[in-house]
Amino acid sequence: METLKGILAEHNFFKGLEDRYLDLLVGCASNVRVDAGEFFFRQGEEANQFYLIRHGLVSVEMFATGRGAITVQTVGEGDVLGWSWLIPPYRWMFDARATQLTRAFALDGKCLRDKFAKDHDLGYELLNRFVPIIEQRLNATRLQLLNCYEVSA
Amino acid sequence: MKSAPDETTLVPSAHPMIPALYRVRRTRRETYDTFTVELDPPHGSRGFAFAPGQLNMLYAFGVGEIPISISGSPERPKPLIHTIRNVGAVSRALSLLKHGDVVGVRGPFGSSWPVEEGVGRDVVIVAGGIGLAPLRPALYAILARRKDFQRVSLLYGARTPEDLLYVKELEHWRGRLDLSVLVTVDRAMGDWRGAVGVVTTLIPRSAFDPSTALAMVCGPEIMMRFTILELQKRGLENDQIYISMERNMKCAVGFCGHCQLGPTFVCKDGPVFRYDRIRQFSELREV
Ligand SMILES: Cc1cc2nc3c(=O)[nH]c(=O)nc-3n(C[C@H](O)[C@H](O)[C@H](O)COP(=O)(O)OP(=O)(O)OC[C@H]3O[C@@H](n4cnc5c(N)ncnc54)[C@H](O)[C@@H]3O)c2cc1C
Ligand code: FES
Repeated sequence: METLKGILAEHNFFKGLEDRYLDLLVGCASNVRVDAGEFFFRQGEEANQFYLIRHGLVSVEMFATGRGAITVQTVGEGDVLGWSWLIPPYRWMFDARATQLTRAFALDGKCLRDKFAKDHDLGYELLNRFVPIIEQRLNATRLQLLNCYEVSA
Repeated sequence: MKSAPDETTLVPSAHPMIPALYRVRRTRRETYDTFTVELDPPHGSRGFAFAPGQLNMLYAFGVGEIPISISGSPERPKPLIHTIRNVGAVSRALSLLKHGDVVGVRGPFGSSWPVEEGVGRDVVIVAGGIGLAPLRPALYAILARRKDFQRVSLLYGARTPEDLLYVKELEHWRGRLDLSVLVTVDRAMGDWRGAVGVVTTLIPRSAFDPSTALAMVCGPEIMMRFTILELQKRGLENDQIYISMERNMKCAVGFCGHCQLGPTFVCKDGPVFRYDRIRQFSELREV
């Protein structure tokens, strides 16, 4: 049977991570299941974890009075959800709602933050993995703002 | 210009500068600003064969002439099908045409999508906005001989769900087991259940073998630039990527130089180019 460590080691996000770090991460990881329509987290709540999506689709939304929930992005299988746990004051900026039954690994950010404080190499390894994701999302957001399907954009 | 199969070849006019007179069979609204028009060739003519990616010059009488890609199936060249976004004088005039009205047609012009080159390989088609129209004939051509290709994916991005072209056909394609269709929009509210994010975000999710895959990309240049970057990140080389360039055109036959791009003419050498061959001359050069 596949172990949690094996699955994490295989995940793109953790590929190449040293074994001892994987052991540490397994201690901070748990399986979660969120039904369609339910939330992973809500804007303003404390951000104390991040998620590796295994199946399903999560809509990252912002609620605007009079307009309702506006989806700014979706994340699906293989994607990472959430980095507010890395950045003070550790609060979610958006809502994250499963648009279908979604299964994920939750990694306890609070536990990881404590580990980073003691082991900067681990912090560096994980930041190295988060920064390209943040860059990719920033680029995607810029393209959305540019209205990239318009010829005159 | 790719030569057309003999049995259907009929040149629309004896001279490439003289339009043949086609009649509107019908028009269909695709979105609030985009429509598809079906044109019948002059009486007694079987029309002409074309290759996926080629364009025609469409002439709205008294208004002007514009380049528009053919969006129908190369297997069924009659009626001639174009999908047009209403952005200005000529496209607006074309949008007002009714059954029986006459349109001038010159073509087909230009190079085509490398469907044959995709045989035995994974094929990734990436379309942004109206860019799906010039790619649709390539997809038709691939689906007509689906067994000859490995995995085939269509990645399509539009601004909102209301901007999506060919919605019924997309649904039908999504239902096929031999075609992967990923659709995303930039903005969505309410009952949209699909992905939100630009089309480039679909590339890491698409299944293809980067060492052999062939990519065909069409959309505005900014969208193509970032798409190429993502394809490169996945491991595609520039000679595995084809793009379709847009430049203003007048003659469409390589006389006037209006569409010049470096040493090439988009109307004659393009619009479809292999990326490594056009990279240094296009606005995408900074990639
Ligand atoms: C090879 C090629 C294939 C094309 N295929 C298609 C197609 O299949 N369907 C389609 O709808 N269009 C296609 N186009 C674009 C189409 O030719 C232009 O939209 C058209 O020339 C605009 O003419 P107009 O008189 O309607 O607008 P104009 O009055 O010339 O322009 C009005 C406004 O539209 C903007 N504009 C100019 N060029 C474009 C453009 N290329 N696209 C969008 N806005 C533009 C201008 O900036 C201006 O603001 C293609 C162009 C090329 C070169
Ligand atoms: S449009 Fe005249 S040379 Fe291309």
